[in-house]
Amino acid sequence: MVWDFQTYGDNIAVLDSCGVSLTYRALSEEGQRLWEAVGRRCLAFILCRNEIGALVGYTGLLNNGGVPLLLNSRMDEEALAGLLEAYQPPCLWVPEDMLGSFPGMMPAYRAFGYCLLRTAYGTGYPLYEDLALLLTTSGSTGSPKFVRQSYGNIRANTASIVDYLALDSAERPITTLPMSYTYGLSIINSHLLVGGTLLVTESSMTQREFWSFFRQSGATSFGGVPYTYEMLDRMRFHRMELPSLRTMTQAGGKLPPALHKKFAEEAQAKGQRFVVMYGQCEATARMGYLPPEKAVEKCGSMGIAIPGGAFHLTDASGRQITTPGTIGELVYTGANVTLGYAEGGADLAKGDERGGVLQTGDMARFDEDGYYYITGRKKRFLKIYGNRVNLDEVDGLVKEKFPALDYASAGVDDHLYLFITDEGQREAVKEFLVRRTKLNPAAFRVVAIDQIPKNDSGKTLYGELEAYYT
Amino acid sequence: MTNLEKYNQAFVEALEISEDQLPGLEYQEIEQWDSVGHMGLVATLEDAFDIMLDTDDIIDFSSYEVGMKILTKNYGIAF
Repeated sequence: MVWDFQTYGDNIAVLDSCGVSLTYRALSEEGQRLWEAVGRRCLAFILCRNEIGALVGYTGLLNNGGVPLLLNSRMDEEALAGLLEAYQPPCLWVPEDMLGSFPGMMPAYRAFGYCLLRTAYGTGYPLYEDLALLLTTSGSTGSPKFVRQSYGNIRANTASIVDYLALDSAERPITTLPMSYTYGLSIINSHLLVGGTLLVTESSMTQREFWSFFRQSGATSFGGVPYTYEMLDRMRFHRMELPSLRTMTQAGGKLPPALHKKFAEEAQAKGQRFVVMYGQCEATARMGYLPPEKAVEKCGSMGIAIPGGAFHLTDASGRQITTPGTIGELVYTGANVTLGYAEGGADLAKGDERGGVLQTGDMARFDEDGYYYITGRKKRFLKIYGNRVNLDEVDGLVKEKFPALDYASAGVDDHLYLFITDEGQREAVKEFLVRRTKLNPAAFRVVAIDQIPKNDSGKTLYGELEAYYT
Repeated sequence: MTNLEKYNQAFVEALEISEDQLPGLEYQEIEQWDSVGHMGLVATLEDAFDIMLDTDDIIDFSSYEVGMKILTKNYGIAF
């Protein structure tokens, strides 16, 4: 069990923009009913939206011993079919309006616009006893690689977040991120632990409906990725009157320091908290945070380790770095370091492969006061609108679809460049990437060049491609 | 270029769609017009007409036709 919903029985756990709400007691009872329909511990895919039905499914399964695998309901059908084959879940919890996409599966139970479907996969793969939840590492390329999180991971990380953000039952966070995204989910998890009220909406910050709901329901906080804050800045967010707002958090990539400063100073002037944080799905959600009182002074830093965790840096030979200002790979240790990855159903029986230590793949330095600054990445991936996009996976997708094409992917956060040598294929490649990743076309530039720079052994020289996008 | 041509061109460029898709087009009706596409569209319109859209106008801009009304009413752009 992750939460004891009886503690806050009469508090409102969730409220949506149509005015539908559930108390903690009702959320617990709804979860029980769903659990009885599921019948036993098994893997279940949940196609998530920021809706009450998705929350009932997630909490009902997780809190009673089912193992949810969370997906965005908008994901590409072809990618979803691949995941179903790879994991063979006995159950699905899906929005009723998507039932047409699952012919041949038996509806077994319905609640709040969602439906429990039984698949033809039988009892499914065996599950490790402490396996609680599966979350995608990318959310967009349709990769079968998922992070295996344990009950202990979720409890440790959730309690730590509650501690450093000093959350209590008066909090009313409004959804701005997908529930299937580790950061969005951590906001849900932490507020359910303290008896707060989740304000759930599918509308976005660029819509009147979002801000009406925000004001009417007295939202106290929201979270955002770097793109969210760039968007808010362009919308002249600082001129908006939002008296109920107390806290803004930021994660999912590094905010440009100028924007960090602007939001930190504006928040300070209005008596709000602006909290920059750092995390990864591999550490359940959060690893670091910049205490809001340091937001201006330590602008550009992602802060210090969360309560219960620790950071250190290692050099290329694996030795620990002790001098401030020296760049090394960031390593995190803590009870929220997840069990490991799964690439298919057979991996769900695996136990803990990390022993509480995570090599983050991020390069960082720390200052004299012990505050950490992310300086780059060891691995080939970009953050696009907060989603991690592994460039090697993108290359893999393109290779599969366009076997004859010579290509290489590269870029900077929020802008992925795909270099190809066949001008005539530009449109087709871009269309494929957009459809497959469900990211806005503005994120992709497909550039035709004479030849992909490679060394004698045929390895792509990514450094030479930088000239096209920097 | 007429104002209508500029307006249409901004949609075509920012959302990467064809002009025949424009009449009746609403926010979130197509995948390109999500929050990312919306901010790209706003930036393109601001450049094309040399204006700065107010927050209220950005969040009220819910369709191709509503956008035209907003530009006429609040920014004096006649179509």
